[in-house]
Amino acid sequence: MNVYLDNAATTKLDPRILKAMMPYLSDKYGNASSIHSLGQQNNLVLERARGEIAGILGGEANGIIFTSGASEANNFIIRGLMRANRQKGKHLIVSAIEHPSVYQTAKLLVLEGYEIDFAPVTADGSVDLVALKRLLRSDTVLVSIMAVNNEIGSIQDLSVISKIVHKNGSYFHSDLVQAVPYLKINLQKIGIDLASLSAHKFYGPKGVGLAYVRSGIKIDPLISGGEQENGLRAGTYNLPGIIGLTEALRIAYAERASYLRQVKTLRGYFWQRLKTEIPGLKLNGSLKKRVENNLNVRFGRIEGEAVLMDLSMHGIQVSTGSACSAHNLKGSYVLSAIGLADYDLNSNIRFSLGRFNTKKEIDYTISVLKKTVARLRAFSPVK
Amino acid sequence: MSLNYTPKTIKHFLKPKNIGLLKNPDAQAEIGNMVCGDQLSFTLKVKGGKIQDIKFLSFGCASNIATASIMTEKVKGMSLAAAKKFNWQAIVDELGGLPRQKIHCSMMAVEGLRKVIAMYEKEHPLTKKVFVGLKIKKNKR
Repeated sequence: MNVYLDNAATTKLDPRILKAMMPYLSDKYGNASSIHSLGQQNNLVLERARGEIAGILGGEANGIIFTSGASEANNFIIRGLMRANRQKGKHLIVSAIEHPSVYQTAKLLVLEGYEIDFAPVTADGSVDLVALKRLLRSDTVLVSIMAVNNEIGSIQDLSVISKIVHKNGSYFHSDLVQAVPYLKINLQKIGIDLASLSAHKFYGPKGVGLAYVRSGIKIDPLISGGEQENGLRAGTYNLPGIIGLTEALRIAYAERASYLRQVKTLRGYFWQRLKTEIPGLKLNGSLKKRVENNLNVRFGRIEGEAVLMDLSMHGIQVSTGSACSAHNLKGSYVLSAIGLADYDLNSNIRFSLGRFNTKKEIDYTISVLKKTVARLRAFSPVK
Repeated sequence: MSLNYTPKTIKHFLKPKNIGLLKNPDAQAEIGNMVCGDQLSFTLKVKGGKIQDIKFLSFGCASNIATASIMTEKVKGMSLAAAKKFNWQAIVDELGGLPRQKIHCSMMAVEGLRKVIAMYEKEHPLTKKVFVGLKIKKNKR
């Protein structure tokens, strides 16, 4: 049996979305910047898509800048905003559990003379608001805090954070990659000045996303050499991708209630069985302040990647605390930030459920996992 | 990142050889720790200057388990002198290659092997003279 429980890494393309994209991958291939009719027809489609997305997100249509995904959007926003607003200051704050495309990018700005602080989080993965207030300075240009964490699924209170940040006169960016459709998003109402999204996290295609930059905010482009997106992002419009992103976002919010009910029920069932049938298993982060599809658990005494590989050999696809851990051989900095001891950082698995999972798949996963954990624990040197 | 293991590595991960603890071992040693995400524990039995038996326990990833498994298979029956010279490259070759970022697993297995042999040799010195000396010391107690 094949079970995909890594929906926070990417999701399977919804056939309805593929269908919406197909005309733009075949007959309607015109460059949306071309002046001839094949191009201009697509220009109309592009601007309609922009308007539709703005409507769903509660933002301004001209604030939407299409990108290759959220990593590009995060790079563009962090670098572009800081560089364009040097006269405002050189300080930025990002949370300690940001995605590497925010975390590392912010760190790299130090080389350009900027100053950075990391806002700590509590054990449940919420940004410590008292600490955040203390970190704010008169020259703080930007505060970047993700809506939902990619590893532990923790949810931030964006409205409260936005008020704190705005009171200080700073801009507020939120990486919304893991938030669709789990959170209701109204950019203007919440007070998000800048945001990032990626289509493939909610059943859309890979290679397309967006950056949102509220009007009146100065920002430098990351990719220059073309007048697309008002000169803020050069490159031929990826119309099939943009149509896929629009359709994915539309479906995500149109079907939000039933989708959330489905994953929440399944996750509840999964968690109930996990905690009763796998001895010594612990949840990382809080069950309450967490998106409905995420479980991040700690086994203890056995290594997460061994569990992952064993499950993978049985057709079950999951992730360790962070996809990067195998790469740099370091434990997750997110789990470290919520207070896990160093010796616990390499014993974790993230399960992220999605639209296509079934109860049968969860039953199969539990039956395999019980054997896997017992097998690996039997020869662990750790008492 | 490519993390494609060879079928042989997967076989040794799913069904590792020489797993467990030897009863009354002649030596035992640990290498690595949980913070690094890799830990191996070896027990060794020696007879006539040769590795009679060797077993291991692992807190580690698939390649940590597989490399220790294949290495213990290879060194069983080997003289201590030869086992001390056993090279990590032989593990990688035997498995048909390892992903670049997993090469260190084979090095750790070899390091652990050398450590357990060193422990053995420390407790069982080669020259008769010293051996007698130790015995006398024991008797004195």
